[in-house]
Amino acid sequence: MEFLTAIFVSPFVEIYEYPLFFIEVVLGGLLAGVMYSLVALGFVLIFKASGVFNFAQGAMVLFSALTLVGLIEHGFPIWLALISTIIVMIVLAMAIEKVVLRKLVNQEPIILFMATIGLSYFLDGFGQTLWGSDVKVLDLGIPSAPIEFSGILVNQFDLVAAASAGTLVAVLAIFFHKTRIGRALRAVADDHQAALSVGIPLKTIWAIVWAVAGLVGLVAGIMWGTKLGVQFTLTLVALKALPVLILGGFTSIPGAIIGGLIIGMGEKVAEVFWGAAFGGAIEDWFAYMLALAFLLFRPQGLFGEKIIERV
Amino acid sequence: MLYREAGQFKTSYAKDQAIFPILQDRIMMALMLVVAFVAVPLLASEYWLSTIMLPFLVFSLAALGLNLLTGYAGQLSLGTGGFMATGAFAAYKLAVAFPEMNIIIVFLLSGLITAAVGVLFGLPSLRIKGFYLAVATLASQFFLVWMFNKFPWFTNYSSSGVISAPPRAVFGDFFVTGSSASPINKYLFTLAIVCVLALAAKNIVRSHIGRGWMAIRDMDIAAEIIGIKPLQTKLGAFAVSSFYCGISGALWAFIYTSSVEALAFDITRSFQILFMIIIGGLGSILGSFMGAAFIVLLPIFLSNAPTMFGLNISVDLISHMEFMIFGALIIFFLIVEPHGLARLWQIGKEKLRLWPFPY
Amino acid sequence: MDARTFGDVVLRVDDVSLSFGGVQALANINFEVRDGQVLAIIGPNGAGKSSMLNVINGFYHPQHGTITYKGETRRQMKPHQAARQGVARTFQNIALFRGMSTLDNIMTGRNTKMHKNLFWQALHMGPARKEELEHREFVENIIDFLEIEHIRKTPVGRLPYGLQKRVELGRALAAEPELLLLDEPMAGMNLEEKEDMSRYILDVNDEFGTTIVLIEHDMGVVMDISDYVVVLDYGRKLADGSPDEVRSNQLVIDAYLGVAHD
Repeated sequence: MEFLTAIFVSPFVEIYEYPLFFIEVVLGGLLAGVMYSLVALGFVLIFKASGVFNFAQGAMVLFSALTLVGLIEHGFPIWLALISTIIVMIVLAMAIEKVVLRKLVNQEPIILFMATIGLSYFLDGFGQTLWGSDVKVLDLGIPSAPIEFSGILVNQFDLVAAASAGTLVAVLAIFFHKTRIGRALRAVADDHQAALSVGIPLKTIWAIVWAVAGLVGLVAGIMWGTKLGVQFTLTLVALKALPVLILGGFTSIPGAIIGGLIIGMGEKVAEVFWGAAFGGAIEDWFAYMLALAFLLFRPQGLFGEKIIERV
Repeated sequence: MLYREAGQFKTSYAKDQAIFPILQDRIMMALMLVVAFVAVPLLASEYWLSTIMLPFLVFSLAALGLNLLTGYAGQLSLGTGGFMATGAFAAYKLAVAFPEMNIIIVFLLSGLITAAVGVLFGLPSLRIKGFYLAVATLASQFFLVWMFNKFPWFTNYSSSGVISAPPRAVFGDFFVTGSSASPINKYLFTLAIVCVLALAAKNIVRSHIGRGWMAIRDMDIAAEIIGIKPLQTKLGAFAVSSFYCGISGALWAFIYTSSVEALAFDITRSFQILFMIIIGGLGSILGSFMGAAFIVLLPIFLSNAPTMFGLNISVDLISHMEFMIFGALIIFFLIVEPHGLARLWQIGKEKLRLWPFPY
Repeated sequence: MDARTFGDVVLRVDDVSLSFGGVQALANINFEVRDGQVLAIIGPNGAGKSSMLNVINGFYHPQHGTITYKGETRRQMKPHQAARQGVARTFQNIALFRGMSTLDNIMTGRNTKMHKNLFWQALHMGPARKEELEHREFVENIIDFLEIEHIRKTPVGRLPYGLQKRVELGRALAAEPELLLLDEPMAGMNLEEKEDMSRYILDVNDEFGTTIVLIEHDMGVVMDISDYVVVLDYGRKLADGSPDEVRSNQLVIDAYLGVAHD
């Protein structure tokens, strides 16, 4: 009886009585969701262009953050460290394309997926071998004190994260729709064979896509690394991006953003208002359950394309 | 010349369908069983039995379970750890609630309970396929581990949160769990269980049930069109697979580590078992064993190899390199031989048939 | 062919219409098939022939119209229900199970008839073993009939196209169907293979009285083996009748057959 009240009554009462707090939680959740979106963006980019579900995106996020921190600790000034990391990520992306993907071009998607899991482990170990495995502090001078908006506390850092995500999405949107390369990327995403037959260099395109994904991973890495410290659990963050992709679809950039926002907000609100009823820590599984519920109703996600099976 | 089929004609369908139709294979299997049941307990040290053979056997069972679901039935699952946890905790609650119950029955029942849980979490597979299903299984993984951690009922309200498996004997004085159980007892008991279950698995996959699974895996639409019911087939796969994973989890907790904790069955465990079947070979019973052996032996090899070569590498570095080597090996196998060690073994056997001729 | 007598109507397609989004695949299709007949569906590519077969065996659900099979009228049916009621088919782009051997593929055709449960299968003794061997014998007869003994254990992914088509026919036959739907069974075959395939189809029709609906492009084959022809074009039925009637129908000639040039 008590449990039922805790689920169906108390949370709503609490929300009603403390509306400002509720808005704070929602905002906090939305902003956390932006962080998830950043990781999901990397997935979407690669999946759109090459049909590969890059499980290694999380490891790439970690690796980029590790590299950045490592370089800074070795005395590089921040601007130089950033540029070097960008170069490293581009090189890494091209290496991945050449060594792993090219060899697996004709295999079934599940094999590609498992290859990216292997890649994820490899990058993980490699990063830790190069830079050590203690938690690293990433301080780029981003302000993190909370500021107040008419009674609501908002974290400055989260705002910066949201702003960067927004800028990134805008840049990517322009890139995809207004430039020649962007058009080529969309063609490749639709049909590899057809793209090849009109002369689009598939391998170059894939290298570009992975490089862009690497950059997106770097932005995500910087954001997450500053928030959580740079450590192995960043790869677990990548797992959280999966429910985001389910909601938003695997091929939609706006979907990744909206999916991230929904998951972020849903998680936070659930944890704060409903968590106590379950004994806490429902953040562990809430996102996945939410994704599962969505899948049951719309197997292709909110924005994904409906697959018509042909025999 | 050793490995020849010449002269071995099958005179009935029954003989053709035997698990080891070639005489040499039968001899080898018999030899292996003798070695496993007799030579190993006599010759192996306690270290080998406890830290290599036991985990190998327990992992093989889990790998077998996952292979049935993912390799044979084509349903990608990242929830293996959660199912193993279910088996472990179910066994614990049963063993404590019914101290008189024979441990074998306890394990069987915990397997059945896990099968039921597996069917529940497998329901989404009717609507969802491929990667999406993998994400759905993540839901079960995280939820189950959270549940076993959160609710003290599962650990019988123990204050430390970590519980040890109660001592049990199979018959008379033959203790297999608890501190009085000797490594040899544990080994033989686990070996027997694994052999029986492996035989059962082999029989199942060559029956119409196994064919139904493989049909769903290869082309589920065509399978449905020729009359294979997707619901029964997929849920059946989840049930059997979870049964195996549950017993594996119970064995892990009761016999291998002697303690029952949810953390032993987290997402990294699920990935570990997935690696075993990728490296060993999807859709292969033998592959499950080979993959398990590989993953169990690799870290041991890695920690001992440098000293054998006279190099001094720190423990930290070794564990990082383990990650790197794992990852690199997975990629290597997927590029070179996506069907894993089992296929390499098969190719080896085929070459052996022709030996010493080139073709 | 001399006039053959056929039984009752086994399958009737009534005013069936099917569309995908904005594309109309089938529009108001009507025809009937009698017991023991061999009916050919012909027409240019994209006319909706495969879609028609998919509707008959329940894979696509028409927005309008009904299918009457063995006296029961319905609009929607699940594919595995169709299979259990005696409908079997082959596919235009071979839908064999690539991970399995020829023998196993054909054995899956028997799945609807194999019932011994999990426990007995695990033991592989007694009733399960007996059942497996019985069905194995049945399947071996089919393998004999189709002359594919030499590739019984080969994984089907490795077989040449023509043999794969034959294995697919075997899988359909294994279900002992009353209605057999064949989607371009002779596509991509040379003359000899086509003759073999025609012979198998006619033998099945002769010996077991199986009703056959097939899609085929080779007019020679259609003339030779079919009793009745339905012509589709852009989703509509253009004409139907005996092979001779259809061949001399002007509409059909204009749309599809063309004329021989001197």
